Amino acid sequence: MTGVLPITLEESRKIVQALLLSGKEYVCVMKLHGDVPEARVKEVLKEFEDTIYQRPPLRASVKRQLRTRKIYYIDFLEMEGRNVLFKVGCEGGTYIRKLCYDIGEVLGCGAHMQELRRTRAGPFIEEEGLVTLHDVAYWFMEWREKGNASMLKKVIQPMEKALQLVPKIYIRDSAVDAICHGASLTAPGVLSLESGITAGAMVAIFTLKGEAVALAEAQASTEEILSMEHGVVARVKRVLMPRGTYPKCWKSGEL
Amino acid sequence: MIERRLLVKAEDETDPKYGCKPEQRPPKDYIRFGVINLDKPAGPTSHEVAAWVKRIIGVENVGHGGTLEDLWSV
Repeated sequence: MTGVLPITLEESRKIVQALLLSGKEYVCVMKLHGDVPEARVKEVLKEFEDTIYQRPPLRASVKRQLRTRKIYYIDFLEMEGRNVLFKVGCEGGTYIRKLCYDIGEVLGCGAHMQELRRTRAGPFIEEEGLVTLHDVAYWFMEWREKGNASMLKKVIQPMEKALQLVPKIYIRDSAVDAICHGASLTAPGVLSLESGITAGAMVAIFTLKGEAVALAEAQASTEEILSMEHGVVARVKRVLMPRGTYPKCWKSGEL
Repeated sequence: MIERRLLVKAEDETDPKYGCKPEQRPPKDYIRFGVINLDKPAGPTSHEVAAWVKRIIGVENVGHGGTLEDLWSV
């Protein structure tokens, strides 16, 4: 098993972008190509807890240009002979195979990635609701036969879970349908919001019922939004809720 | 992890006639607006695994969040 792979169904596919950008955590076995003292390995791993440069590998799903990625932490776990076990927390889009190769270069002996397991993808972690393909098939069949919704909940989580780490803005019912049609969120529609929002950052627009309405780009900070009486607060990037879920409360000109 | 506080700008209520709390969505919607935290088996690609889930659940479209070590392409 190679770990956490969030699968988005139908409508929830629209949040994939937010998941791709989110932080990841991996447990990795790195194989050294020579003998290195444990203390030296620990020392070099610490050096990589930084912003690093990476060029995506030959066979990658993105353009091969040099880019930077943040390594939030590398925790050395164990070392046995030439096998090094460590845990790494990093920005989305970090190539761990490359990281191992680069660590090997700094150590001087060379190294490669032997095994990898993802333990976190944004809000999705190993210890919470991680299911196997077998679990999915089993509980889905059970639900089909017995019709008990709690069986579905054993394997499926609402898409809002995927937005757990994205700062949120809660809006009035009357503002929802306009947002669903792609309109920008303006100050009067805002009811509450989370701290730490900055202009240009990605935010999630939510209803008071806790439903995701859209992903948007904040146009002002939390503090600014709190004191704004009018004007655009966030520009919608991706609508998540189908139109017509909430009543239309805006006037349209004659077409 | 960043701790976020919720700051209130204005008070209002939500009408129970429209929308639905995510946990209370009827099964069909619960699936359509759902995400599976899947433990990917080693061997098949992320894409293949997503296709299997699609078949099991019987939905038309699935996606996956971040390709995970497909043997050659990382």
